[in-house]
Amino acid sequence: MLQITGLTKRFGGLAAINDVTLSFDQGTLSAVIGPNGAGKSTFFNLISGAIIPDAGKVVFQGEDITGLDRAAIVRRGIGRAFQVASFFPSMTVAENLQAAIAAHRGQWGDLNHRFPRQGVRERALEVAEMLGLENNANVLSANLSHGDQKLLDIALALALEPSMLLLDEPTAGMGPEERWRMIEKIQRLWQLQNLTLVFIEHDMDIVFGISSSIRVLCYGRVLAEGTPDEIRANPAVIEAYLGTPDAEDDA
Amino acid sequence: MGRMHIWRDIAIGCLVVAVLAAIPSLLPSKAFQDFVIRCASMALFATSLNMLVGYTGLSSFGHGMFFGLGTYSFALLMQKTGMSLLTAFLLTLLITAMTATAVGAICIRLRLIYFAFVTLAMQMLLHSVIISWVGLTGGDQGLQGGIPRRTFAGVDLSNQYNLYVFSAVMLVVGLLLMRHIVNTTFGTSLRMIRDNETRAAFLGIIVWRVKLTVFVLSAVFASVGGMVMSLFVSGAYPELINWPISGDAIFAIVMGGVGSFLGPTVGTMILLLLNDVVTRQTEYYGLALGLIILGFALGLRRGVLDFITERLGGRPAGGIS
Repeated sequence: MLQITGLTKRFGGLAAINDVTLSFDQGTLSAVIGPNGAGKSTFFNLISGAIIPDAGKVVFQGEDITGLDRAAIVRRGIGRAFQVASFFPSMTVAENLQAAIAAHRGQWGDLNHRFPRQGVRERALEVAEMLGLENNANVLSANLSHGDQKLLDIALALALEPSMLLLDEPTAGMGPEERWRMIEKIQRLWQLQNLTLVFIEHDMDIVFGISSSIRVLCYGRVLAEGTPDEIRANPAVIEAYLGTPDAEDDA
Repeated sequence: MGRMHIWRDIAIGCLVVAVLAAIPSLLPSKAFQDFVIRCASMALFATSLNMLVGYTGLSSFGHGMFFGLGTYSFALLMQKTGMSLLTAFLLTLLITAMTATAVGAICIRLRLIYFAFVTLAMQMLLHSVIISWVGLTGGDQGLQGGIPRRTFAGVDLSNQYNLYVFSAVMLVVGLLLMRHIVNTTFGTSLRMIRDNETRAAFLGIIVWRVKLTVFVLSAVFASVGGMVMSLFVSGAYPELINWPISGDAIFAIVMGGVGSFLGPTVGTMILLLLNDVVTRQTEYYGLALGLIILGFALGLRRGVLDFITERLGGRPAGGIS
């Protein structure tokens, strides 16, 4: 579904992403892991069009999308959520979602009709329900709890009916219990919405617990890729990132 | 439900015009009519600026260039050509829109302080052109000689009462149109860009197109304010296109409130009242105004209308109205 070849991005002398070749199959739930500064977020930024690669190619559903701008890539079906929850703080949850849906329906330049147009309100409620935000629909998003703000961020991406969803540390800043609630929601979403889902995560219990395949980035390069079992047994990954395997297994 | 809102706003607008039209028969005061005409002109200008500042988060310091362009373009067309008032009016809107497209194309890609300063520089540039092109504009003397053929739809606008009612109608129609704009999905896109430009782009909004559109639309409404002013002063003067006029609109917005649609209109009334009262008492008008603005900024920390709205339990400033 998504093929990346030779992707490279330099910031000054530093190659944040260096000759990365990877692919993600339709319908998979994959994790991208790696130490801090490995280039994980840069990798997402390159795929989603936030920054333009210096070299390499990104092909999505058979189409070359390298160098397209953010809006164009979103329209092709790649949605994303952010490490720091990103939404519209002066609006309620419902208004946030209505705004996203209106944008998705191409109404963002509409100067004739009052907002929201027909059907947008109803659809916003549906999306809110997917993530259990319906009871907070009329809460000002700036006043939501941290966890709900992360959910709203994902909900905004979902409002675009993406075929592929990129989640940058969906559980960042959450306590252990909240993390698993978040992960359950994401898993359910992945199954129900038939998504291809890629997420960045530091919690190895979560990574090995739910993903069908894992990519390990280190210093901007692909260190390893494979199933959770293969990654767990990979000596290079153990050395660079995981530490002794037994400690992880027994946890 | 959407329809209902629009009819309610239109009804309120008609009521305001009717009340204003009736006032002179009870209170025959030329000064009051002058005040309303100036208010209408400046309120159109300030409200149009608030579409940029309050709704989109684009702080233009040079918005007065379009107000001034409205006065000069309209006055020149009326003086130098034989066209009717309506034609000159429409042509001025077109000239403003084209100028704003060119200026906007340069400015909107800049952020924050850079946007503010480049818009300011653009206004100073236009002001210099007007000052130096004496043959066309009369230079620092302004465009004198009055405005001929002041009839609009059979109404003689050289009559002060008629101009007064005409200005009130212009204000109400302009406010209704701008209110409609900020309540559309496009208006929501403005707020999205103000709140979180990156997120807006990741939802598929082509940010520069929205910014350029609102820049041009707000310029057009500012030029309507300029044309009302041109009819009032019977010409055009360099002060009307110089940079302090942009400052006046910013003061009006700050005092009235960026978060309320009518904030800039209320702010304009306060500003002009202060102007009239303070200049009668002292020559240190700037000092008095500065102190009052400091009071707003440090004391209330918001404009009057935002303050009242919050006190009445409304949404914090900047919410969807």
